[in-house]
Amino acid sequence: MAEILDILISASFWAAALRIATPLIFGVLGELICERAGVLNLGIEGIFTAGAMSGWMAVYLGADLWTGLLIAALVGAAFGLLHGSLTVPLGLSQHVTGIGITLLATSLAYFTYRMTLPDVTSPPRIEPFQPVDLGFLSELPFLGPALFQHTPLTYLALALVAVTAYVFYRTPLGLALRTVGENPAAVEAQGISVYGLRIGAVMAGSALMAMGGAFLTMSAFNAFFFEMVNGRGWICIALVVFASWRPGKALLGAILFGAFDAFQLRLQQEIAVDIPYQIFLMMPYVLSILALVVMSRRAAYPKALMIPYRKGER
Amino acid sequence: MSAHAPPGSTPAAAPEVLRLTGITKRFGDLVANEEIGLSLRRGEIVALLGENGAGKTTLMNILFGHYVADSGDIQVAAHAGQTGKPSTLRALPPGSPQAALEAGIGMVHQHFTLADNMTALDNIVLGTQPLWRPWQARAAARRKLDALMRRSGLTVDLDARVVALTVGERQRVEILKALFRDARILILDEPTAVLTPQEVDGLFEVLRALAAEGLAVVFISHKLNEVLAVSERVVVLRQGRKVAEMPTAGANRRSLAEAMVGRELPENQRPPHNPGAPVVRLEGIEAPGELGRAGLHNASLTLHSGEIVGIAGVSGNGQAALSALLSGLARPTAGHLFLLGEEISHPSVRGFVDAGVGRIPEDRHRDGVVDDMEVWENLIIEDLRDPDLQSAGFIRKDKVMARADALIAENDIRCPGPETRTRLLSGGNMQKLILARVLERHPRFILANQPTRGLDIGAVTYVHGRLLQACAEGAGILLISEDLDELLTLSDRVAVLYRGQLSQAMATAELDIRGLGLMMAGHSAAEQDAGGPHAS
Repeated sequence: MAEILDILISASFWAAALRIATPLIFGVLGELICERAGVLNLGIEGIFTAGAMSGWMAVYLGADLWTGLLIAALVGAAFGLLHGSLTVPLGLSQHVTGIGITLLATSLAYFTYRMTLPDVTSPPRIEPFQPVDLGFLSELPFLGPALFQHTPLTYLALALVAVTAYVFYRTPLGLALRTVGENPAAVEAQGISVYGLRIGAVMAGSALMAMGGAFLTMSAFNAFFFEMVNGRGWICIALVVFASWRPGKALLGAILFGAFDAFQLRLQQEIAVDIPYQIFLMMPYVLSILALVVMSRRAAYPKALMIPYRKGER
Repeated sequence: MSAHAPPGSTPAAAPEVLRLTGITKRFGDLVANEEIGLSLRRGEIVALLGENGAGKTTLMNILFGHYVADSGDIQVAAHAGQTGKPSTLRALPPGSPQAALEAGIGMVHQHFTLADNMTALDNIVLGTQPLWRPWQARAAARRKLDALMRRSGLTVDLDARVVALTVGERQRVEILKALFRDARILILDEPTAVLTPQEVDGLFEVLRALAAEGLAVVFISHKLNEVLAVSERVVVLRQGRKVAEMPTAGANRRSLAEAMVGRELPENQRPPHNPGAPVVRLEGIEAPGELGRAGLHNASLTLHSGEIVGIAGVSGNGQAALSALLSGLARPTAGHLFLLGEEISHPSVRGFVDAGVGRIPEDRHRDGVVDDMEVWENLIIEDLRDPDLQSAGFIRKDKVMARADALIAENDIRCPGPETRTRLLSGGNMQKLILARVLERHPRFILANQPTRGLDIGAVTYVHGRLLQACAEGAGILLISEDLDELLTLSDRVAVLYRGQLSQAMATAELDIRGLGLMMAGHSAAEQDAGGPHAS
């Protein structure tokens, strides 16, 4: 028990939790925007990979970090455009298209990497985003190292939660977005383009997913590896349900998962005696499923989620 | 705003606000609208009357920009019309709901276009503000709506989520949506289909008040009484063409019905009430409802052979449970169910079918036929064990086809042949198919759940005729319907379902539509005898 308490009161644990949560915050926000508009985006895992690769590659080839991030976002938006075009005006199955996007984006990322760097044996590193110095805040005991010594992308992710929540609940655009996921006919009847709104939402959401991927290569690992996304996209899909499609609860869910993960890493080191390490690896997922069961039994889905809209049909 | 055309003045004096000329629209080979012209003046209520498929909704969808006409023009008065000055008509760009909204056209669709999980205010404000503006002017919207609600009498709780509103309130939200955008032309597509009689009266009052303020209203309907009650002018469409246009004052039910159908309709006569032995008896039945809808509580009812008993009620008050019970799909949790004099303790679908129960389900497409199967398959689907039609488990195709051909001919099911896929049939023909299948077995008991919902008047007359004929031949019929006219026309007795409580069945002769409407809203018959319900 003492070990567990030690972990929970260490600043490095909370710093790690937030660091692990950062890509999930991007991803879960992105998925949430897509789903709130009525489109399930299972391309998320692939878009993470493509964002991780393209952002890193841009910097590796000489772009600065922010340009690299922008390029990753644009690559994500492009896959979003593809997913949106197939699922919204053409009304194809969102599941099948999304899995197709994941396979395509992942393979394209690997392919591009191999074509550009055919001979490397160990992944080349780049100079990543550095922690921001927030003056006295970063100097605070405990809170400083836990919360105020992160890279800009973590703060960007947190800011985007607030921006998304504001746009959703306080602007005409957000009202239209939420409505199009509930009843697209209502949006059409008020003279707003359902297709435009949905494709736009999927592109914006996909751009965020790609930024989540870019965090991995540009802030966390400083290099691109195969399989590095490692299911983070799928976790985001579950976190959206956990969050009942609300940005604030999405942040909470991502941090909770980050904390579980950081906790199991430390627990492995502290008390790894005869327990196989896979048990620890499994922990955040098991806990997430439990949290999902407790929190989301009565989650209200956006009513038009996964239902294609055809004009003039009712 | 002062009324430009005071009530009673000739509508011809008011300026024209809308003119449709030569509107033609084809879907493949089907001509949905052919050379239709229509003119609308400020402050008048025009009824657009026609059967299903006559082209009413298509015409209005063209006006609203959901469809683009193949030819023809739409002209709308420029906004100056609102000040009362004569204004010029301007062409409306086709195919753009946005343009139609901006020109002052508001449309209330038959199936409401509201997002259920959002508030009334959200639904009304949606799309009325620039999409990229970084804030919402909700307080200003609320002020404008409060004023609108006071003036028009359309009161709604703006902060209630739509899912919590009644159907009548949802319709008010739809109308407020149009008024909030300063609509000068309001199109209502079958607005009364879902309302109780009291709500219909309320709606008509609101429409008259709005028209007196200068709103031009197009009222789409196939219900003659309502057209006669609310409109000043009637335009009748049939098979995509305008076949008649007349002032309502000079029209009557019969002339309108014949213009709409294009032929004389037979009058169905209800045979004198002559009940025989009981065919169905419910005693203190308790049955659970599905998906949070009402079940049945302590329901008792006796239905005799040779009579039609109507069940009135707003849907969702236990009709589904009653229907499931009497189809053998559900078991009562308490009480006794007698069918043809025998108590049924373990109801089953097969037991009911074998006992001679005919079922006309509420949702034709979902429960009545298998859409993707052919007409002959649907015709014999209840007769698969008939030794004439099968041997050793194999269908005898020659016999089956002969029977299908005979049924198609006898029942006038319009289809290219028995091998037509059933989903291609019109609603009326699909219902004829179901009736043919039911009546061919000469059932002793028929459960008819919403048998004419969505059918046009010709098909309705046919279905009514067949039910009355079956009744005259000795069947007992339980008629569940939301259409009070239908209930009062066909039934010998009517009982009301409200929140799972089934009232006494009362002789139709002693009932009127108002009283039924009140009982459907939960007022008991005794309350009415005591001088009507008191506002409490």
